[in-house]
Amino acid sequence: MSDQLLNLTLHVWRQDGPTDNGHFETYQAKDITTHMSFLEMLDVINEDLIEDGKTPIAFDHDCREGICGACGMVINGRPHGPQRLTTTCQLHMRQFSDGDELWIEPWRASGFPIVRDLCVDRSAFDRIIQAGGYVSVNTGAAREANEIPVGKLDADLAMDAAACIGCGACVAACPNASAVLFTSAKIGQLAMLPHGQPERQDRVRKMVAQMDAEGFGSCTNHEECEAACPKGISVNWIGKMNRELIAAMATAKDEVEVRGK
Amino acid sequence: MELRSNEPSGPIEQRWTEHKAHSKLVAPNNRRAYNLIVIGSGLAGGAAAASLGELGYRVKCFCFQDSPRRAHSIAAQGGINAAKNYKNDGDSVFRLFYDTIKGGDFRSRESNTWRLAELSVNIIDQAVAQGVPFAREYGGLLANRSFGGAQVSRTFYARGQTGQQLLLGAYQALSRQIEAGSVTMFPRTEMLELIVHDGAARGIVTRDLITGKLDTHIADAVILCSGGYGNVFYLSTNAKGSNCTAIWRAHRQGAAFANPCYTQIHPTCIPQAGTYQSKLTLMSESLRNDGRVWVPRKKEDVDKRPEDIPAKDRYYYLEERYPAFGNLVPRDVASRNALYVCNDGLGVGPEVDGQRRGVYLDFKDAIQRLGEDVIRDRYGNLFEMYERITGENPYKTPMRIYPATHYTMGGLWVDYNLQTTIPGLFAGGEANFSDHGANRLGASALMQGLADGYFVLPFTIGNYLGTVRKLPPLADDHPDVKRAVAAVEARVDKLLNAPDPKHAPEYFHRKLGGIIWHKCGMARTREGLQEAIEEIPKLREQFWREVKVTGSGEELNQTLERAGRVADFFELGQLMCIDALNREESCGCHFREEYQRDGEAARDDEHFQHVSAWEWSGDPEAPTLHKEPLEFEYVKPSTRNYK
Ligand SMILES: Cc1cc2nc3c(=O)[nH]c(=O)nc-3n(C[C@H](O)[C@H](O)[C@H](O)COP(=O)(O)OP(=O)(O)OC[C@H]3O[C@@H](n4cnc5c(N)ncnc54)[C@H](O)[C@@H]3O)c2cc1C
Ligand code: FES
Repeated sequence: MSDQLLNLTLHVWRQDGPTDNGHFETYQAKDITTHMSFLEMLDVINEDLIEDGKTPIAFDHDCREGICGACGMVINGRPHGPQRLTTTCQLHMRQFSDGDELWIEPWRASGFPIVRDLCVDRSAFDRIIQAGGYVSVNTGAAREANEIPVGKLDADLAMDAAACIGCGACVAACPNASAVLFTSAKIGQLAMLPHGQPERQDRVRKMVAQMDAEGFGSCTNHEECEAACPKGISVNWIGKMNRELIAAMATAKDEVEVRGK
Repeated sequence: MELRSNEPSGPIEQRWTEHKAHSKLVAPNNRRAYNLIVIGSGLAGGAAAASLGELGYRVKCFCFQDSPRRAHSIAAQGGINAAKNYKNDGDSVFRLFYDTIKGGDFRSRESNTWRLAELSVNIIDQAVAQGVPFAREYGGLLANRSFGGAQVSRTFYARGQTGQQLLLGAYQALSRQIEAGSVTMFPRTEMLELIVHDGAARGIVTRDLITGKLDTHIADAVILCSGGYGNVFYLSTNAKGSNCTAIWRAHRQGAAFANPCYTQIHPTCIPQAGTYQSKLTLMSESLRNDGRVWVPRKKEDVDKRPEDIPAKDRYYYLEERYPAFGNLVPRDVASRNALYVCNDGLGVGPEVDGQRRGVYLDFKDAIQRLGEDVIRDRYGNLFEMYERITGENPYKTPMRIYPATHYTMGGLWVDYNLQTTIPGLFAGGEANFSDHGANRLGASALMQGLADGYFVLPFTIGNYLGTVRKLPPLADDHPDVKRAVAAVEARVDKLLNAPDPKHAPEYFHRKLGGIIWHKCGMARTREGLQEAIEEIPKLREQFWREVKVTGSGEELNQTLERAGRVADFFELGQLMCIDALNREESCGCHFREEYQRDGEAARDDEHFQHVSAWEWSGDPEAPTLHKEPLEFEYVKPSTRNYK
């Protein structure tokens, strides 16, 4: 293990609350070992700030294993920083060089209002799932698991989509701050599985409507989302969602008439 | 305090069915009249809140993360057990029950463990119906693997993200109830106190983590599914936010805390790289199937490159000490032996606080035998993760591993209904002590969390409500409520205004963790525990004098959140050491150096075949012990031997 020490200049976005204007504040990170994770580097800065009687930098994090989706910040213009397929918490300082200057900002999107410093409000994602990102099956009403076979390829594809951690990097990376990669991944996962079929059309209509209502932009095929996604979710799911939506819209009118609503 | 397990009698395979048949119910149209509080949105809490919502109760669910989907359950990798016997290899509910009792070293309740094994099959059905994308075989049926040394293949998995997929299944079920209006979700909200009125749990005091506002929530029952307390060690595989506050507050209000010293240490984690380290990362145990564990035989070799140490100077200590099992000895044996070789000065890797704490896990022979492609196929993801964290390539140089705290078997004492010693207060998932005895088998925590949440709690809560009927209303200005709020206000105030503020909460947490890890970790001694019991109160006093929390209580203040959690860890850590000292035997993960036979844990069934349930006395240094005797009708206690 080669141990190297780095000295870095950090420009960190500080904002007291949603209505505050916010500004960059500059900190010197000294003697940072290359084995530290990015968040551990911020921990060190924060502990010093506290001991100096100042307010530490607020940022969301929990698992620090790249799976809970809590962490996320834009580092030098890139969501989750320079390393591909890596969340901020899994990013290590050996990705940087001595003397580097880093600009650290929150996700910026109208769908994700800033809560404080680097923390944003991603509850819009929860509401998109609440609109229909589930299979309506009550506890206890399930039948024997092996009664419905699922082809291995379909199951694998469903898992590819289901790997989304809901971090929001896709939105942060998109020039339009669109949430289609997130939304399409859940729609795609459930559309691949037999259990998702009964609600398939309703689901896509409702989830897309909610996504639009949350103020996310629309997709104009920049594909920045896929590049930023720490789990490598493919933009192919977006195409699939659009096809699902067209099919669902085509039948929507008849269904609504039958249901009398 | 009386510990009544309330387990049904009769043939064990009929107990749960019989129990359900004779319990009280709440009629569907009456359920709207009941308010329930669920703390936690992990597998246990998420599943419970969703299922109770479906039944028609009015549920409030709380979590401290910004979304219920981020509960720590999401990090589980390996899999979930179920006695489906899809592999036709002789599995059955009995065998899963038997393995769990034996794995727990005969320190769990037979009735509960049977029910867990029985419900395991329903969990898989439920998850599949929700759209959880479990691994499948080419014929489209569910795939299984064998896990953690089990002799049957009963573990279901979704790549290396089983916890994530099961949690998203529960989260989606919960989302459906939120949309339906039966569950109200409170993310970024932390429970800081339990409200007890007339001897029953009637509500909670919470802090809104964005505004700092304190609120009260009154209910007919409170269900704690707040996860484990492994972060008492500071460094653990748990998420940073995992904490004991919810269960500790309940304990202080009268809920007995059972077997706090039963904590599980996982042998294959990435070692600590420096003093700044904030958490440890688990790597799947499956690595030990192909990796060989060794350290240098000579102390002077510890800082050499491993490639430069010739075979004769390598000490394959597990293979030498345990020829029959070799590198596949159980978790606790593997962990303890790593500790011993490092204590002997043979540890490798960087020095942290003057010590090298790491052993090699070497894939060279496996790569030679099977080829790099096979190894990449089996462990590619893990190797990548290892390289991302350490900067070293395990295809070229051996991995370094070291044990880390992973799971806590102890927790709030609960009866067969998962009710604590406070009526109306229930606990599920890792927060309770119930099913794993002194040691948990791999892939059994997910199973237990979901069994509790989907199938046990929705039913036993109904039984409780059907028994107590309608509780009298409790007003926000009732003295019992006001007292709870005042207690929280006073605590927040005290944390913000220490007399001589010097250090951030982490400073104290790291020190506390160090004491507990060294003295109440993998190998415990009477002297060590007695020292810890002396040291912790001193450090706790220093904490209250010198903790520094900047900012105010009326805003998002992550330092304040952490300080409150550390304060509770101090008291729980004390109880762990007291419990470990009191239990003068070795069982499961609790290894007392004084109690061994030929280097193996020596259980003392004559004196310790019981659950230790501790009652809060007002003084963290003098809790009161109660014992629940354990009886074994179906599996006779035996001694394990891995030599
Ligand atoms: C790295 C890792 C890998 C694992 N792998 C496996 C595996 O392969 N198989 C297996 O069976 N088990 C595994 N386990 C164990 C298993 O994941 C956990 O035991 C289980 O998920 C715990 O679930 P839970 O619902 O009890 O708690 P958690 O998922 O921890 O949820 C706790 C919830 O409580 C909330 N909460 C806590 N305190 C408060 C409070 N004061 N106020 C409000 N909300 C609060 C949190 O916000 C969260 O929502 C693993 C554990 C780890 C650490
Ligand atoms: S902290 Fe969980 S993904 Fe980064």
